[in-house]
Amino acid sequence: MSYLLRRIVFYVFTAWAAITINFFLPRLMPGDPVQALIAKEQGQLSTDAVHSLYVLFGLDKQQPLWQQYVDYWGQLLHGDLGLSFTFFPTPVSEVISSSLPWTLILVGVTTVCSFMLGTGLGVLAGWRRGSWVDLVLPVTTFISSVPYFWFGLIMIELLAGPNSFFPSSGGYDPGVVPGWDIDFIGSAVQHSLLPALTILISSMSGWILSMRNMMVTVSSEDYITVAHAKGLSDRRVMLSYAARNALLPNVSGFALSLGLIVGGTLLVEIVFSFPGVGFQLFQAVGAKDYPLMQGIFLIITLSVLAANFIADLAYLVLDPRTRKEG
Amino acid sequence: MAISTVDLQAAAGAAAPTPKPARRQKFRFITNTKTLIGLIILGFYVLLAIFGPMIAPYDPDARGDVLQSPPTSAHWFGTTHLGQDIFSQVLAGARGVVYVGLLAGLVATALAVIIGVSSGYLANTGGEALSALSNVFLVIPALPLIIIVASILPTVSNTIIGLVIGLTSWAWGARVLRAQTLSLRGRDYVDAAKATGESTWRIIFFELLPNLTAVIASGFVGTVIFAVLSEITLAFIGVADPTVWNWGTILFWAQSQQALAQGAWWWFVPAGLAIAVLGTALSLINFGIDEIVNPRLRNAGRIKGKSVRMRIGFTPVLGKENR
Repeated sequence: MSYLLRRIVFYVFTAWAAITINFFLPRLMPGDPVQALIAKEQGQLSTDAVHSLYVLFGLDKQQPLWQQYVDYWGQLLHGDLGLSFTFFPTPVSEVISSSLPWTLILVGVTTVCSFMLGTGLGVLAGWRRGSWVDLVLPVTTFISSVPYFWFGLIMIELLAGPNSFFPSSGGYDPGVVPGWDIDFIGSAVQHSLLPALTILISSMSGWILSMRNMMVTVSSEDYITVAHAKGLSDRRVMLSYAARNALLPNVSGFALSLGLIVGGTLLVEIVFSFPGVGFQLFQAVGAKDYPLMQGIFLIITLSVLAANFIADLAYLVLDPRTRKEG
Repeated sequence: MAISTVDLQAAAGAAAPTPKPARRQKFRFITNTKTLIGLIILGFYVLLAIFGPMIAPYDPDARGDVLQSPPTSAHWFGTTHLGQDIFSQVLAGARGVVYVGLLAGLVATALAVIIGVSSGYLANTGGEALSALSNVFLVIPALPLIIIVASILPTVSNTIIGLVIGLTSWAWGARVLRAQTLSLRGRDYVDAAKATGESTWRIIFFELLPNLTAVIASGFVGTVIFAVLSEITLAFIGVADPTVWNWGTILFWAQSQQALAQGAWWWFVPAGLAIAVLGTALSLINFGIDEIVNPRLRNAGRIKGKSVRMRIGFTPVLGKENR
């Protein structure tokens, strides 16, 4: 149990760190950032936007920093992330909550699929090494070096078109009213296929490579030889002896990869104009909508922390050593 | 290290055949095909970064009369909506990409070495705190953080982008280095060094660091890959200065001018391929380093012993080369 407790403490600490970074980032800017921004935009900012900037940078009232920090936490616990000024006067939390489900479903489904498929293919590639399966290596190396968004562009160029089944942009048909009915869900799934495929192929190669290398490392262990000598079937040795042990580093490597995959997904959304958090971040960056940008950063970070926690739970089930300690 | 039979024979005074003096294999990593290919491609890119802007046939900003034309003999990669030569833009963009990648790699690797090695070697609360710090940075998604920091900053030059990427992406290297340092710290030779009264700094710099070279190198290469992709991304979404050419800027203009919808594939394919080939070269170098560190990965072919089919009444004897 102590393993689980340690992880929970760690995630609470990390969430605190992320929130604190989010608080201090705009306040660490040298000079008067709002004036700099107004000058940069050459008077194209509305007075509302200017005001919400002053609030964000903590320049609206003469309070000591710790007082601002306490207030910030108070607002945050009420779900108040400030006002977005691209969608003024909609609160940031409302803007994000409209786009978050799109991203969560897209990332969730594709990440789980790519982890399972990639790990499975990696097991085969590592076990059957030296045969034609080794051809997988150069191909996956190349694919994993391609930026997600560029791969998305190529997918659109090749697969989407005026007469194609795959739509090239948007989250659903303009003619469909969002709601829980067959028409809308069908249309949403159709629009998600191409972005999902892009993320799947791009992110899968990383899992294949790392799983293959772990399989190769594990398969020269003595206990594999013993398992063979016992006369167990090749399949059983591969799955229950080699893959089971090779899987552990892959699961714990989830933490690093998840951040990368989420980053890549944001970009794929931009390319496909998918109505998720990434596309919104893109719009916010274009409009210099700092409250929205910071809110999105916070939400993404918290989601990644939650996903990591789930990965930790999986690790707890897979590796008996973590359970023994306590 | 096990004592070899030669040493035993020599110790026993037997007339052992004098063994060839073991030669230290310098530059062993170059004999690895993957590393070699990767280094050659990387060298080509570094040359491009130095000379690219000079040998570009056109000024990458200059507008021409031929608007949005497919590749021709005059414009190898075609032209943009303003008649700018895309081949020249790709050449001019190489410098920014390589510069930011290397700068971010250096900054991140330096931080990773300082934080990782000291958190691994100092077994006190300071070491634990540094380890917690790197774990926090590891879990916070780097790309959104980089985007936010870069878009809050009043000016974004290549140097600033490189620094921002470097300062946010050291955590993975630090974690790997800490693990490796922890394992080295308990070795006999470190104890021996302590016993002879070597100072902590001497132990870190002369006993530990040389044994961490491969890990540091692979962390550096990995960070460069990440930095290049992040930089391209920043330029693509328009956070970086769109008047400074790099491959992301080309993609930014291609995207914002609807190159895709107009079928102008030549506008975004060369820049993307350039990124992908650079990334592949760096990954190949890293695979080579992996194989040096982990000899089990080295044998590309099928290991003989593994394919032995077990049959009743047949006891396979595994040869030494399988160990």
